[in-house]
Amino acid sequence: MISISAYLVVAAVIFGIGTIGVLLSRNLIVVFMSVELMLNAANLVLIAFSRALNVVDGQVFVFLVLTVAAAEAAVGLAMVITLFRNKNTINIDRFSMLKG
Amino acid sequence: MTLDLVMFMLSAVVAVFGATMMILQRNPVASVLYMIVSLVAQAVLYVQLGALFLGAVLIIVYSGAILVLFLFVIMLLNLRGREDFGAPRDRMSRSSKAVLSILFVAELAMVVRSGLAGSPFARSTRVGVMSLTDDSFGSVADVASTLFQRYLYPFELTSILLLAAIVGAVVMARRDRPGDRLEGEPTLEYADPENEEVAG
Repeated sequence: MISISAYLVVAAVIFGIGTIGVLLSRNLIVVFMSVELMLNAANLVLIAFSRALNVVDGQVFVFLVLTVAAAEAAVGLAMVITLFRNKNTINIDRFSMLKG
Repeated sequence: MTLDLVMFMLSAVVAVFGATMMILQRNPVASVLYMIVSLVAQAVLYVQLGALFLGAVLIIVYSGAILVLFLFVIMLLNLRGREDFGAPRDRMSRSSKAVLSILFVAELAMVVRSGLAGSPFARSTRVGVMSLTDDSFGSVADVASTLFQRYLYPFELTSILLLAAIVGAVVMARRDRPGDRLEGEPTLEYADPENEEVAG
């Protein structure tokens, strides 16, 4: 038997790593993957609580989150391709046109 | 130490290791491969928590399809030798970003600690690691009956979301050919002031 808090701590650590990746990485693709990592950490929390409460609804939510993540990946990668075509780089420091 | 605990520790360490290496890699292909390592370890955690079906979905759909899509795009962009960006030129310095992320992680740790102390899910709640034979929790039938009865409409709505995503991705990634646009229709191409500065 493993305490549910152990799973929550793992999820929090993974979420934190994802945040650090979003803030610190300058590679657009790595930033994007860090967002996916944060989604996965949230999924782990949902599954842990679904097990603790012994209801399967949390797993259904995770299923829907995975669907949204797939849609997001498709659209996001299309945006990456368009950005690369226009700027010829995936360094996010170069995408600062809206900075004013 | 039971086998469950050993498996938990092992997959937790591998999941965190894969995530850490993912954001540290310079080469995006290596990042994707480390992400797959992390996801496989997370799938083990899912299975431990009784989510058999979702563990399989995580490996098949996530590391099998989505991350292969990432790899495909990286290959398509053909970044050879352009992964190294040199010195950052952002106004918000790297150190301030690092401080910000450390603060966020500390905040997250405090929330987890204080939340667990007062909640009914404190250490008394032990999650039974499932035994595959006598426990139907999280089986395909179990998840499916909830998904197709209670959550039927949200499930059907995701099909609209996926359709919108497909159309959106195709429209955005399409390369404009001459004649695709009407007379006077604005294009998506935009001027790059930074490149113009360099040129001038």
